[in-house]
Amino acid sequence: MEILGHLADGFLISFEPLNLALVIFGAMVGLFIGAMPGLGSVNGVAILLPMTFLVPPTSAIIFLGAIYYGAMYGGAISSIMLGIPGASTAVATTFDGRPLALKGQADKALVAAATASFVGGTISVILFTAFAPPLAEVALAFGPPEEFALMMLAFATFIGLGGDDIPKTFFSIFIGLVLSAVGLDVVSGEPRLIFMDLPGFLHGVNFLVLAIGIYGIGEMLWTVETSRGNVSMSKATVSAKRVMAALRELVGTWKTMLMGSFLGYFVGILPAAGATPGSLMAYGVAKSIAKDPSTYGKGNVDGVVAPEAANNAASTGSMLPMLTLGIPGSPTTAILLGGMVIWGLEPGPLLFVDHKEFVWGLIASLYSANLFSLLINIAFIPAFIAVLKLPFTILAPVIFALCVVGGYVPTLDMHDVWLMFIFGVVGYLMRKLDYPLAPAVLAIVLGPLAERSVRQSLIGSHGDITIFFQRPISGTIMVVAIILLVMPLYKIIRDRMKAGRDEGGAA
Amino acid sequence: MRKAELIMALVMAVFSIYIMWKSTELPIGWIPEEGPGGGAFSFWLGAAMLVCCAAIIYRWARRLSPPSQSDEPFMDADAARLFFVITGSLGLMIGAIHVIGVYFALPIFMAFYMRYLGRHSWRLIAGFVVATPIVAFFFFEIALLKTLPKGFTEPWFYPLYDIFL
Repeated sequence: MEILGHLADGFLISFEPLNLALVIFGAMVGLFIGAMPGLGSVNGVAILLPMTFLVPPTSAIIFLGAIYYGAMYGGAISSIMLGIPGASTAVATTFDGRPLALKGQADKALVAAATASFVGGTISVILFTAFAPPLAEVALAFGPPEEFALMMLAFATFIGLGGDDIPKTFFSIFIGLVLSAVGLDVVSGEPRLIFMDLPGFLHGVNFLVLAIGIYGIGEMLWTVETSRGNVSMSKATVSAKRVMAALRELVGTWKTMLMGSFLGYFVGILPAAGATPGSLMAYGVAKSIAKDPSTYGKGNVDGVVAPEAANNAASTGSMLPMLTLGIPGSPTTAILLGGMVIWGLEPGPLLFVDHKEFVWGLIASLYSANLFSLLINIAFIPAFIAVLKLPFTILAPVIFALCVVGGYVPTLDMHDVWLMFIFGVVGYLMRKLDYPLAPAVLAIVLGPLAERSVRQSLIGSHGDITIFFQRPISGTIMVVAIILLVMPLYKIIRDRMKAGRDEGGAA
Repeated sequence: MRKAELIMALVMAVFSIYIMWKSTELPIGWIPEEGPGGGAFSFWLGAAMLVCCAAIIYRWARRLSPPSQSDEPFMDADAARLFFVITGSLGLMIGAIHVIGVYFALPIFMAFYMRYLGRHSWRLIAGFVVATPIVAFFFFEIALLKTLPKGFTEPWFYPLYDIFL
């Protein structure tokens, strides 16, 4: 009951005129960003975070939350119409969305995507409302060892579930942590890692500089290169009658929607997993439990419904560890978490005690962000299709300009703009060579928290490292993290032995 | 692609060594009664980065990673041209901000990009060139009270400040 009371307060906050306007505006911006090929929630949130200094933190997070949501809806639009995922979270939507569009049923696919997004989003927000407060209460008892163990888990998830090149993933984590160590040493107050003795490094490397560099400039360079060829756009005929018919047909997909929603939500909760793996997994599960899996990939509506329900559910799920534990569940929430630090809020369970209006305003706004995203999406399908025709040579310079100004505003230092430019270019080159970059962004956000929790834990235990394993919760989390870290190694050894056996058998 | 992967790994290995060397400016050992020195955290991270680079080079030599197996060029001529035009003009624009300020550097960059890479009409470009500084000024300087860098054009803005602030 107490939760309902808090939620009611949250709704009062989210319905304040400014916040309501920001939800609607954020949902529209998110839809637009999501629909543009190459831009997703993480790019939108990174580039626009500096612009939110205009409003109080609660309104800012509501706005960014709405962008996050809108982008999940919008990603489907270009996946279906162009066959190019509007965001990495909508990759799985292309598998069946594009064939549907080629069959002349683009409107059906678009309506299915929007409806599934709404169902996934709503179910996950309800789960979120029910789970977040008790989890935060448990987390209040966490000390520095538990905090550190959770961060280990977040990094281990990248290694164990990432599927990328393992040495490169480790490298990305370490470089992010090193960048977070630049500046003044917290204990001795002495300057540390002042590269080339430039005074600009004394205030540290702001996480936004890295995030805008990678997700703004780097992403633009990437998109310019990959989107050179001509793309063909499918035609969509949209009328109220056809929308209603499509909606009626969707009733039959309720099982897939529920499966996608729950699966996406729980994958999203995992630290560092996020909406992209969530939607791919939901597609895989939907296909494997289908009566006739051979129809998948040829334009099965269930193949659109599953990943779209899952990516919205996962985006909510990834906010759960962000708000309750202070550990981001996805690259986008890593940036939101960094934003909270800038706004002067301490991420973690204390938010539920000290900043109720912030937490509940955000939660309530997710309900309305979902509703508005659905309405705006369906009402303006033709407008968003027109967006896809917008030449990239107009959008790109505008985004570059936003990046440059956005990199300058937080610290008012041109040094940071240059640094962001370098990060963007180097990040783009590294990405071309299969270096995953999300771990570095997560690491630069978590780095200072990780260093603090290690030092505090070790001070408490007088330098005894076993402190992390002695306490039941941190011990359990550490063991899970270690298993995740060792898993790829085990796989390599197993494959080697198998290969060895096969060779032996052949000889 | 193969060459690029090796070069990147070597450059990053050098960077790792630089970080380790830079960390030794602070104590990296254990200070009795105080715990690890201020440079320890970054020193060992640098060392870990170096180990990763070694592993990347090892995988490169054994042709285990996708880029090391690829025969494709890292960037074809067209991609390289775009890359150098965009990063070059972006770098020039950021450099120009120091001299002529955001309000002139940004529109020049946008006009160049839209005309040279997009071949858009001058009318459209003029719209962006005029609107960008106006929107930026009111949003950042007036609403957010964040002064953007203006270089030598700073005094030209004093009358505007007098009117709006």
